[in-house]
Amino acid sequence: MEQMPNIYSLQLGWQEMTMVAFVVLLLVLLGVLLSLYHRVVHIRNNTGGGTDFRLKRHVEQFSSEQLEMLLQQKRRGTVKQKASPLSKKAVMFIAGLSAGLPAFAQETTASGIAWGNAGIVITLVLIGIPVLCGLVLMVIKIRRTLFRYQQRQNDALAGELAQYLDGLSDPEVLDNLAERKAALEYTLTHTELTGDVPVRDKRGLIASPRSDVNLPIAALKKRAVRRPNIDSQLAKLVLWYIGTSAFWLLFGTTVGQYLGIKFIAPDADQLSWLSFGRLRPVHTNAVFWGWASLGMLGLGHYIVPRVSNVPLASLRYGWYSLILINLTVLVGTVSLMAGINNGGGEYREYIWPIMLPFAVALALTLINFLKTIARRKTTEIYISNWYMISAIIFTIVIALVAYLPFWQNGLGEVIVQGYYMHQGVGMWFMLFTLGIVYYFLPQQLNKPIYSYSLGILAFWTQILFYTLIGTHHFIFSAIPWWLQTVAIVGSAGMVIPVVAGTTNFLLTFRGAWYKVKDSYTLPFFLAGIIFYFTGSLQGTAEAFRYTNLIWHFTDFTVAHSHLTMYGIISFLLWGSMYAVVPRLTGQEPPQLTVGAHFWFALIGLLFYTVPLMYGSTLKGLSWLEGKPFIDSVVLMAPYWLWRAIGGSLMWLSHLLFAYNLYKMFRTEPQSNIVETALAKLTDKTVSTAETR
Amino acid sequence: MEFFNNHTKLFGTAFLLFAALTLFVAIIPAISNQQNNAPLPNAVPLSDDARKGKELFIANGCVACHTQQVRNIDMDSRWGKRPGIAADYAAMKRMDIWRNTATLAGTERTGPDLTDIGNRQPSLDWNLVHLYNPRTVVKESVMPAYPWLFERKAMPSDSDVVVNVPEAFLGGKSGKVVAKPEALQLVAYLQSLKQAELPGESRAPEFLYKRVVKSTEESGGSESGVNGALLYTDNCQACHQADGKGLPGAFPPLANSPIVTGDDLSVYVDIIMNGYDARPEYGAMPGVGTMMGFTADDVAAIINHERSSWGNKGKEVTAEEVQEIITLLEADNK
Repeated sequence: MEQMPNIYSLQLGWQEMTMVAFVVLLLVLLGVLLSLYHRVVHIRNNTGGGTDFRLKRHVEQFSSEQLEMLLQQKRRGTVKQKASPLSKKAVMFIAGLSAGLPAFAQETTASGIAWGNAGIVITLVLIGIPVLCGLVLMVIKIRRTLFRYQQRQNDALAGELAQYLDGLSDPEVLDNLAERKAALEYTLTHTELTGDVPVRDKRGLIASPRSDVNLPIAALKKRAVRRPNIDSQLAKLVLWYIGTSAFWLLFGTTVGQYLGIKFIAPDADQLSWLSFGRLRPVHTNAVFWGWASLGMLGLGHYIVPRVSNVPLASLRYGWYSLILINLTVLVGTVSLMAGINNGGGEYREYIWPIMLPFAVALALTLINFLKTIARRKTTEIYISNWYMISAIIFTIVIALVAYLPFWQNGLGEVIVQGYYMHQGVGMWFMLFTLGIVYYFLPQQLNKPIYSYSLGILAFWTQILFYTLIGTHHFIFSAIPWWLQTVAIVGSAGMVIPVVAGTTNFLLTFRGAWYKVKDSYTLPFFLAGIIFYFTGSLQGTAEAFRYTNLIWHFTDFTVAHSHLTMYGIISFLLWGSMYAVVPRLTGQEPPQLTVGAHFWFALIGLLFYTVPLMYGSTLKGLSWLEGKPFIDSVVLMAPYWLWRAIGGSLMWLSHLLFAYNLYKMFRTEPQSNIVETALAKLTDKTVSTAETR
Repeated sequence: MEFFNNHTKLFGTAFLLFAALTLFVAIIPAISNQQNNAPLPNAVPLSDDARKGKELFIANGCVACHTQQVRNIDMDSRWGKRPGIAADYAAMKRMDIWRNTATLAGTERTGPDLTDIGNRQPSLDWNLVHLYNPRTVVKESVMPAYPWLFERKAMPSDSDVVVNVPEAFLGGKSGKVVAKPEALQLVAYLQSLKQAELPGESRAPEFLYKRVVKSTEESGGSESGVNGALLYTDNCQACHQADGKGLPGAFPPLANSPIVTGDDLSVYVDIIMNGYDARPEYGAMPGVGTMMGFTADDVAAIINHERSSWGNKGKEVTAEEVQEIITLLEADNK
């Protein structure tokens, strides 16, 4: 069988694992030694120094009760002496040693054997387990023996101490002791600062004090801050955007989950409308244009007027866009299932008449936002608007490039496809979402963004480098070699905006980290920011020629796109939605289900991506080694199963998200007894006034 | 800064930067590629049926799992005789006013690359039964089944193409499985996917990142360094199966086959190189060897593998014996 150079033989191996096992063993031994050393030092401290010195030190450490006892005894003039029985000698630890040593010796004699062999490793592990148990047992024995020894020492010392105390008769010393006792018994009255006046909250600083605090299932988070109500018409629009986006999230991921199951059960159904090839673009397009796009635009409609300090230019344009985008996704979904497909290019599967309403919606939104910004009452254009408006402009350009027919023949289509699929991801979803984060992150942390300049640097470098990287999806293809190289260079350049952005966000957290544990929105932002860093840099790593050999065409790409579109975009959108919806409806989500949503989504995503990345690495290596293709299908089976398990958790989290939205959206407030009572009271007063 | 406080200037600048870069990395290269490339002279245009088949290929999203690009790296050499070049895609134009050009280069290889599938797997019978349910012939496959491209007929007419589906995959329903025109069109498209020969003396680009070949002892191959088992898996197993038992009613068994174990080497080599259609109870075998450009070494390795597997005990052959027969066969065909 042939073999590739060493770089690719990632057979992470038994050798490394043996090494790790040894390191762990060494660490355990080190811990044991430290613990023993600690014990011995402790004993030595207790026995070191002269007897008198030691006895005095003990007297100094007396508590007030002990002093009271001593002084009483002195007054009575009798001190009884207790004799302590000697503890038995124990040399059991030698037995412990001898139990452990032979096994240990066995392990070390095994050198010179092929360590890589699985059988050897398993044997070593099997040997290692009793050895480790023996070591633990030995340590316990030694510690116990030392403990007994120490107790014996203590008994002896106690005898000496009693004699010493008995001998105390100097009145001066006794007076000193009495004084010390008084000093030790001093306590504060607890009213030094507050005074004796009853407490009153004159400024209304304390919200809903609770006296019936039970042990909570999950930590209680801070409630959202009530803000001045925003225009209820705008609120309604934003809520519709978010509501429909959540619908497409549920729909799109249900389809996605079913697709994941089809890898395990390919014959789950045999209907043309539900076949894998047709459903796959249904899933990707629904979550792209339905979930993420509608969610982003909804938040955009909230942010743009806020940071411009004026009302939105046109609510009607907002509604038109909402309807047009929903129309695109709805018709697009049905058409793809019916077998109407533009040509198979990823994310470009909707034919142009179906994608047209989406483009019109973008144009309407752009006009609407620009008009709002033109009327702004602030001098600066807040950085969120830089990102969001540019994202809309660029996406219109991208859509035109992708759908105009003048440069789509032959290889031209492939070049445009590479450009389109990556600009769609990076210039639409990523750029717009960054704009959203620049608004909501400082707002949720209640402090300004760390550095405006870093944000600007990230903005321009993102445009410069991201635009170039499209063809890195076609490395080694027939696309001109120089264009592939440009894409790789651009991918490497992406380190700059990613690091600048991540640094900026994380430093905004500085000094406010404690807020994360009290908030139900900030964990989403934090997770999103971390995935922004790891996911984006993973993209850079994947773009190189070497890594393309292993990972290109495998499920690694699928894992990567979920780490980014889900880990970054979706998490950041959720955080923003949980931040904004309570402001619009005045109702908060149940904190328990928000927490469950977060953890299910996070754990699910890791279950989804990590096994998939591992499996697809093996897949790429098997291709490199020239093994039969079907082998690479068979080896993926367990990883596909894990993907389906992770996907189920993610899907479950979306159900919780929908439930939370429902709780926040509910128009009839469930707990406003007070307001109802007040309203009734007012009604009563009015009616009585009228009857009079 | 004043400049950035003016929304027209700010967004105008961003737009111009983005548009200029777009021009540079997408539009100009795309236009230059479509203008400066022409289809290879040996390339065969799609037939009407194949074109309809391509539309079905697009409609059913096959590109989600099947690429059509042979990269210029050694690991892709199994998918074609040479790396893909721009000219291979040059004939592809817009499908119609509604739909874009479909080069179907693809980005995922959950299933095999199809650039050269017309050479690698030309058999109509195999393709039909595989489409009906891939697990009939490749039991580990995760490809969807496409039963809606077929229909059931109690009494198929002579013009109907009947597919021999194993009993277990019929779902208990009666009637013969007959390929609809769609199935035949899709197969016609697959059969049309062949890498065109480069004209005259032009040299194909090289495959990069060559594998380092270990000594033949470890690889289990023959003296020539050719691995018969691997060649069998890649070229023969789809029909004759891993256990050499074939598929009743579709593909004949090789275990205990008189041709495999017998002494008539020339028939054996002829079948491998030029195909076979003498037995009506089985599908026609295409000329795999000629299509895949097998050398005498390859054929000898396959024969030796087949003669020593599944309980077969045939005489070992050498590449020289095979070469002699191949030369004779070539002379006959001329």
